[in-house]
Amino acid sequence: MANGNGSNGNRNGGLKLGARAKEMGGKVGNSQVVTSIIRPGSIFRKGYTDSPRNRSYVIMNSVLYHLHPVKVKRHAVKVSYTLCLGGLSFFLFILLTVTGIFLMFFYRPTEAAAWSNVQQLETAVWFGSLVRNMHRWGAHLMVLTVFLHMSRVFYHGAYKAPREFNWVIGVVLLLLTLMLSFTGYLLPWDQLALWAVTVGTNMMGYTPVFGSQMRYALLGSKEISGDTLLRWYTLHVLLLPFVIVIFMAIHFWRVRKDGGISGPL
Amino acid sequence: MAEVPEHLLKRSAERRKALGLPGGEGADDASAEAAAEAPTPAAEEAAPIAASVSDEGAITEDKGGVPAHLLERARKRKAVLAGEDPGATAGGGGVATATKVAPIAAPVGTGPGGHTQRLLTVVKSGSIQQTRAEAQDKVHTWPHLLVVEFAAALAMTATLLIFSAIVRAPLLGLADVNQTPNPSKAPWYFLGLQELLTMFHPMVAGVTIPGMGLFILMMAPYVDSNPSNKPNDRKFAISLFTLFLMFWSVLVIIGSFFRGAGFNFVFPWNDGIFFEL
Ligand code: HEM
Repeated sequence: MANGNGSNGNRNGGLKLGARAKEMGGKVGNSQVVTSIIRPGSIFRKGYTDSPRNRSYVIMNSVLYHLHPVKVKRHAVKVSYTLCLGGLSFFLFILLTVTGIFLMFFYRPTEAAAWSNVQQLETAVWFGSLVRNMHRWGAHLMVLTVFLHMSRVFYHGAYKAPREFNWVIGVVLLLLTLMLSFTGYLLPWDQLALWAVTVGTNMMGYTPVFGSQMRYALLGSKEISGDTLLRWYTLHVLLLPFVIVIFMAIHFWRVRKDGGISGPL
Repeated sequence: MAEVPEHLLKRSAERRKALGLPGGEGADDASAEAAAEAPTPAAEEAAPIAASVSDEGAITEDKGGVPAHLLERARKRKAVLAGEDPGATAGGGGVATATKVAPIAAPVGTGPGGHTQRLLTVVKSGSIQQTRAEAQDKVHTWPHLLVVEFAAALAMTATLLIFSAIVRAPLLGLADVNQTPNPSKAPWYFLGLQELLTMFHPMVAGVTIPGMGLFILMMAPYVDSNPSNKPNDRKFAISLFTLFLMFWSVLVIIGSFFRGAGFNFVFPWNDGIFFEL
């Protein structure tokens, strides 16, 4: 507060104000509204003290309990074991969701509009360029972190019993990550997008027996067109994220059910 | 009983020493002390009942004691069991463990050492429950793990933000199906496959090899029957995976930087880089 220690201000008034603010804070902190939202043991609750019991409550009494147990193995906390790679992949997914929703406000998946929408986003939208850059670099980075995470898991032999099935789910996650990245690649509808996707999808046409049908189903037409754009847009913003979230949920759940992080070596 | 890890015992001993508690030297003292302490809470629990029997009205129902009618009923029942006239008002029974004891005015100190209960046996948890989990060295998720995660997330956000503020994502000209750029390249993570296209029939490079690769990757845990996770026991698996990683990285790097017009082999320092992210 400005009058708290102003040179010619009313010192007394300042003190009173401070005391009153404190009292107000206490009232708010203990009000039914606040206590109904913030559960016992939360670090945001008034009078939180650092005790083993409260440390347990922070997890047990919050939504975090869906992700973490109350206690974890000591070695699992060391950054040098997991290198945070799985967690960072997940965090990048969250960042990509947030920035992606922002991009959706300015983008139409049509042949006529897509490219100019992206260009307008770059030039005429506040933070448009920054958010687009974050989305694109984040996507490349996620492919990298997921891949490195897989390598980390392999080198630790963390796919061995009882974690075999979580590895299989992991491979599905890797595939889904690649598909998310690849479907997003088409959306700017520039020369880079069109031809990268052409090269990529041409390969699928060589699938034996039903190659051309598969390619048709994927493109929504004989060659890449506006139909492909709409199809890949829907895959990119809705279907694939939906599916990957389900697989991530199973993945994280299995990490816990399989006895937490593997190791120590 | 599950073994308590060595370092935890040590830590507890140190803490006890610091607090000036007995048992600072060894774990044995600590357990002996625990055994000595054990009966105390039970004795305290029994005390209010005894008190309410001997001194009725001292702890009444509204003070959290046993309701008066229940006390009366218990007293009558005990009197019957003791072969007395239930109508008699004088004298109460002892507490649960002293059922057969003749009426005493004040049921204090019926057992050895003045206790009102007896310790029949100590049941070790292992004998009636199956405890499969070994005691593990664990720490609280909050703050130990959450702080690390928070720091990692923050560092990642900062890195991505700064990088994105400096480096622009590419946006080439409007897509044109009649104008094929030379070379046309897939996204970097598929360039290994595109590289294979130069060596094999498209079906082999584009379908068979990646399909087999994925299948083998998925089956890896079921194929690898070696139960150990010690690097020294897994030399073969580790070599194989490293070989795979190196092979794949080399293909991606060649596809990314060493392929120019017509996807022909070039040196980036002579012909420039044909690579977009
Ligand atoms: C979207 C992609 C993925 C996400 C978000 C993800 C997330 C995670 C997280 C948060 C963990 C906890 C431990 C750690 O951080 O290392 C984990 C563990 C694990 N992940 Fe993933 N993962 C992904 C992809 C994969 C892939 C591609 C594989 C393997 C093919 C895989 C296999 C495993 C296994 C076996 C564990 C248990 C490791 C252990 O106990 O040490 N995951 N994952």
